[in-house]
Amino acid sequence: MKTLGFILEKEFRQLLRNRQLLRTLLLAPLIQLILLPMAADYSVKDISIAVVDNDHSTTSRRLIEKIVSSGYFRLKGYMDSYNKGLTMVEQDKADLALQIPIHFERDLVRDNKKQVFVAINAIEGTKANLGGAYLGSIVADFNEDIRLQWQVSNPAPMVSVASSNWYNQFLNYHLYMVPAILVTLVTAMVAMQSAFNIVQEKESGTIEQINVTPIRKHIFIIGKMAPYMTLGIVLFTMGLLVAWILYGIVPLGSLWVLYGSLVVYLFSMLGLGLLVATYSGTQQQAMSLCFFFINIFNMMSGVFTAVDSMPGWAQAIVNTFPPSHFIKIMRPVVLKGSGFGDIWPEILWMLGLGLALNLWAVLNYRKTS
Amino acid sequence: METVIQTEKLTKRFGAFIACNELSFTVSKGEIFGFLGANGAGKTTAMRMLCGLLVPSSGKASVAGFDVYTQTEKIKRSIGYMSQKFSLYDDLAVAENIRFYGGIYGMSRQDIRAKTTELLKELGLESEAKTLVRELPLGWKQKLAFSVSIVHDPEIVFLDEPTGGVDPVTRRQFWDLIYAAADKGVTVFVTTHYMDEAEYCNRVSIMVDGVIAALDSPANLKQQFAGASMEDVFYELARKAKRKGD
Amino acid sequence: MKELLIFIRKEFLHVFRDRKTLLMLFGLPIAQIVLFGFALSNEIKNSRIAVVDYSKDAVTQRMIEKIGNSPYFNIQRTLASADDIHSAFKKGNLKVAVIFPASFGDDLMHTGKATMQVIADASDPNQATTITNYLNQIVADFNGELAAGGGQPMQIVPSMTMMYNPELRGAPNFVPGVMALVLMLVCTMMTSVAIVREKELGTMEILLVSPFKPVYIIISKLAPNLLISVVNLCIILLLSDWFLDLRVKGSLLLLVTGSVLFILTCLSIGLLLSINAKTQQAAMMGSMMGMMLPTMLLTGFLFPIENMPLALQVLSNIVPSRWYFIIIKRVMLKGLGIGAVWQEMLILTGMCVLLFTISLKKFKIRLQ
Repeated sequence: MKTLGFILEKEFRQLLRNRQLLRTLLLAPLIQLILLPMAADYSVKDISIAVVDNDHSTTSRRLIEKIVSSGYFRLKGYMDSYNKGLTMVEQDKADLALQIPIHFERDLVRDNKKQVFVAINAIEGTKANLGGAYLGSIVADFNEDIRLQWQVSNPAPMVSVASSNWYNQFLNYHLYMVPAILVTLVTAMVAMQSAFNIVQEKESGTIEQINVTPIRKHIFIIGKMAPYMTLGIVLFTMGLLVAWILYGIVPLGSLWVLYGSLVVYLFSMLGLGLLVATYSGTQQQAMSLCFFFINIFNMMSGVFTAVDSMPGWAQAIVNTFPPSHFIKIMRPVVLKGSGFGDIWPEILWMLGLGLALNLWAVLNYRKTS
Repeated sequence: METVIQTEKLTKRFGAFIACNELSFTVSKGEIFGFLGANGAGKTTAMRMLCGLLVPSSGKASVAGFDVYTQTEKIKRSIGYMSQKFSLYDDLAVAENIRFYGGIYGMSRQDIRAKTTELLKELGLESEAKTLVRELPLGWKQKLAFSVSIVHDPEIVFLDEPTGGVDPVTRRQFWDLIYAAADKGVTVFVTTHYMDEAEYCNRVSIMVDGVIAALDSPANLKQQFAGASMEDVFYELARKAKRKGD
Repeated sequence: MKELLIFIRKEFLHVFRDRKTLLMLFGLPIAQIVLFGFALSNEIKNSRIAVVDYSKDAVTQRMIEKIGNSPYFNIQRTLASADDIHSAFKKGNLKVAVIFPASFGDDLMHTGKATMQVIADASDPNQATTITNYLNQIVADFNGELAAGGGQPMQIVPSMTMMYNPELRGAPNFVPGVMALVLMLVCTMMTSVAIVREKELGTMEILLVSPFKPVYIIISKLAPNLLISVVNLCIILLLSDWFLDLRVKGSLLLLVTGSVLFILTCLSIGLLLSINAKTQQAAMMGSMMGMMLPTMLLTGFLFPIENMPLALQVLSNIVPSRWYFIIIKRVMLKGLGIGAVWQEMLILTGMCVLLFTISLKKFKIRLQ
């Protein structure tokens, strides 16, 4: 036990002395936390639309006016042919092209039905979805308007929908992104640095010296992990402060729950760092391996895209990623005030994964030295 | 004379390759025992087995009275070690390194403090207590590394090619430290390439192709092999070696 | 020339003997394409929905049935009261709850109007909006059924065509982005770390003392990563074709030319980064902060650039991958020709030439 004290003292001394590293480790996350949410705005605004009006009737003009004044769309051009409209979509000058065909007004009254044509650039699925949805609801609204105006009585009963958005009234994307970004911050720094640190000792030879001393291997490992656990907690706290100051985000749920989950999470990620270190001979290798995992975690853990939209097999894989579970804790706790009783399955997952990773790492470490 | 290291047909195989072949020798307390051999002869492997870093394939060995198979932890507590790379922490200060290694070997804080003062005085490094090791010149680093390796007063200290790349004056000073330690009763087990250093040892063993080809005091060896210096003795034995390079 | 080949050969041996790094170099693109191409999607299906039915009449039954039949929803459970909604949301499994007030059916028949309440968990705002819209559509459909007898008058029907990606798969958007990211990663990070590693080990000095021209050293350092990147590009294109049905619609030559331009630009950035970095760690951190982060954020494949604050939009103009991304999308997904991408190609070429000149000059100075 006393030896652990000496090891911790040495590790913390070394960490605090490495000014360049400290600066990067503390500044970089801050920059990320400031830049990322600014950029990460998935809310779809200003969908650009090209309009082709072949009818030039009062009705068609009013429809176009309604669309343009809705605030969802930005009119990019009035084309005189559908092909020109399509070309605008092709050249990324418009996201949507709407064509109101000739005899629109006339046919609507006469046949009780008329089509308008919309071409949507669907490469970016969310935009396409929402663009189509907005346009659809504007058209439906307009439909109601002209029915009333033409005094066509609509005797049929109608169900209307009253919708409300909970936890994020103003549909602010920051509320969604910032908790998840906090997770990615902590992940990258902690896992990579801990792996690096151990591999560095391997490369410089000091690990051989340690092997000759009576230090138990598990004490050595704990000594290595402790500074990075601390670092992770410090980073997280900084992140919470920034989230509060810059974005006005205050966790609704209990801080105990947050920090408790954080510790379990860091435990699992440090296990990953340790595991990578046992498989790496050089710093370059450690970096490559860490990168492999962190990239995949970042993209697939539900930070940017919802895990629920993934096929079953993908979700199963994602379940083996500790970050995905921590994100499932962060968002509910921060935004909805979820408590321990709500998120305990996720904690269990992280604990299990952490134990597995650490065990594997320790077994591997014993073998190779 | 008390025996501190004893081996009997100590062997290490890596697959079909026999690194150390049935080594048998003893080392007495307070001896300065030189362990010589060309690169690839098996010196480092033998030393690692004695330090408890490598498990032998067969044979027996005991270090400080502890068995190398079953009591490696106790061995580690009783020995000191200095590797080729010096293995001090570059980014820690002189005093901090002493404190760390002292603490790991279970010394009390008072003892560490006392030892630190003593060490710094001996090495003339009092003014450098707070200097980072990476800023010390090579010679100082080396002497410091040696002192740190015996900070806990071990029975035996293992030195693996400790004087590499250092000028002759510093090497002499280093050996003065070794003598001082031996006088206090520390057994010194040292491997080296430098044949002149072989002259400083009480006894020397020369390994060739995994076996001990000669084991005696330098004077006797020179007589036996009709050599004017240890270098001649070594040359005589090693040139028949089949293995080259570690 | 022969000397150059000797250097290049040595560099190749370095890289190809390091199996773990190779795993990352080739494994990452493969894993990313397969995983992201299949797994990532913006489509929202099977959202878990809870129903609170205070009315329990034929009308509500019919509505609930309709919702249940829709592929967009998965009725998780029926809650006893609206008070349970908050705790259900907290557990994180539910996306939206629907409440039918008491005497829903009666109100509808007698007054001609009834209101269904939709409560969405707006933690993910886009999901909430989309789900609410789906529900709106189902309700509109239902209203159409109600009016079936009388015939709905004056119906304007929007007919929507989803272009380039009719199934709204995630792949078309993500694969080009992954291409840009992976190529950039390998070229910038790997190159800079590899060069700094030689500096750290001290072998760089040995090279410099040799009688060979410094520019050979530089070219030989860049060559393996260039080749690896081109191979990666081919792997990605092949995988996209086989697994994701994403074919290169336009000219392959054009695509490869643009890619090589991009690769060269990234290589020169890697070179620049290696000049100032003293340790491998510093090189890696520099690459990460200086390249990976901006690339992920400002390329436009994760987040639409037009949503960003003006400052970031301007910043995105100097990120090479932003232009490369446009080229890939237009050539690969839309099948357009050089006429549509010449501007972007020009920009990339300019960046490439500029960066290369600067980094070569700086490197030479350092070597001296």
